[in-house]
Amino acid sequence: MTRRSLLTIGDLDRAEVARILRVGNRFAEVMTRDIKKVPTLRGRTIINMFFEASTRTSTSFELAGKRLSADVVNVKGSGSSVEKGETLKDTVITLNSYAPDVLVIRHASVGACAMAARYTDAAVISAGDGKHEHPTQTLLDLYTIEREVGPLDGLHIAFVGDVAHSRVARSGIRGFQMMGARVSLIAPPTLLPRDAGAALGVETSTDVRDVTDADVVYVLRMQLERMGPGGFVPSLREYAMTYGINHGRLRPGQRVMHAGPINRGVEISGELADDPTTLIERQAANGMVVRMAVLYDLLAGPSGSPEPAGAPIGAVAV
Amino acid sequence: MADKVLVDEDQVRRTIARIAHEIVERHGDPQRLALVGIHTRGVPLAARLAALIGEFAGSRPATGTVDIALYRDDVGLDGRRGALPVVGDTILDFDVSERAVILVDDVLFTGRTIRAAIDAVFDYGRPPMVQLAVLVDRGHRELPIRPDYVGKNLPTARTERISVHLAEIDGRDEVVLDSDGGGRA
Repeated sequence: MTRRSLLTIGDLDRAEVARILRVGNRFAEVMTRDIKKVPTLRGRTIINMFFEASTRTSTSFELAGKRLSADVVNVKGSGSSVEKGETLKDTVITLNSYAPDVLVIRHASVGACAMAARYTDAAVISAGDGKHEHPTQTLLDLYTIEREVGPLDGLHIAFVGDVAHSRVARSGIRGFQMMGARVSLIAPPTLLPRDAGAALGVETSTDVRDVTDADVVYVLRMQLERMGPGGFVPSLREYAMTYGINHGRLRPGQRVMHAGPINRGVEISGELADDPTTLIERQAANGMVVRMAVLYDLLAGPSGSPEPAGAPIGAVAV
Repeated sequence: MADKVLVDEDQVRRTIARIAHEIVERHGDPQRLALVGIHTRGVPLAARLAALIGEFAGSRPATGTVDIALYRDDVGLDGRRGALPVVGDTILDFDVSERAVILVDDVLFTGRTIRAAIDAVFDYGRPPMVQLAVLVDRGHRELPIRPDYVGKNLPTARTERISVHLAEIDGRDEVVLDSDGGGRA
């Protein structure tokens, strides 16, 4: 059986997102125990394939799998056969022969995860493909906002900064809108895709002062590695002065998010990044429980509709 | 086919009271006891037993709830009834290692739910003793699990469905048999 994959946030509907967030709450409780582990996915195999640098996402996926008692194998770009020139397709076909249940893939190319899903029977979870999407980041962002700020319905979330190269924003816009939030984009013209407002159904602005209108200010990392030789901003110093988010640009009570890693003093000031009222640390902590919920959702139910609570196990003759 | 009432409201009430008496007889001090209801109908049953034990013995035992969704042995298995278990709360806010735990459920059937519940409780600590109280034992065990307190033994065909209704959830107390039920519960 080919399993269901999570390649974009659009693979989920509102009810499914809500279910994952609810299950995340349950795993958050598990993390408060002395034994931070449940046997739910015992005997399942998860292969994490990270062909792009990652600390939070790769670690949280690894821990999420292990705390669900799955067997977790990590494949990195460096040190693997990819370094010898093997294509992603061939790597996936090879790993598929080991009958994994899930492939978690991060890759620098847009569409890499969708392509990989065609060559494996395992569920594929995108852990970020180029500047395309990062669906589990959006789920953990939704979870964090619901827990720390309140219901998404009617909240105003403003993405600020390098929208053009941000898979976090691309997934986030769809995810936040799906859950009823109002989304706006604030960026210098060079980092705001043309017609983004009309195409995505969001408000856009090039004036950083508009951040005061938002309930949550989501600061985007300047993705210098995706910008190439330059031309998007005159200099990082000038960007920091004109678009960097600091205490002075916020009104009291606004919550700040950042998916990390942070360029201190560029898109966000060091003082603000260290301020405990931001949600940045909560985002990192919630990443693991939400990824546990995603793995549970993909692997625990082969089809879909929820079973009534309390239905006894073993009630069906095999 | 219409439901057939096997145990009526008055019998349910008396049965629960009898189980409470048996627990008091065997355990004495309720302060060294915890009643842990298995979601869903084990939870109100445990609460009722705790209240009755409080009346009979002068103090109430601790209560808790356990949800077995994360401890099932059939999650995601192909060919099973394809559905995602709803994940509920496990609340054990007492030291599990210091109290005898009595798991409480409405119906004992294959025994797999109880095995999962025992696994869940042991993730919180090492209780000195675990016992099992059920309102109905309908047989068809698939694991070596035996209840310590049984309200009613109701031998059934595997295809029959036994449903326990409790006032807290269903608005009335009764145990009914539905021969078209396809084997649930």
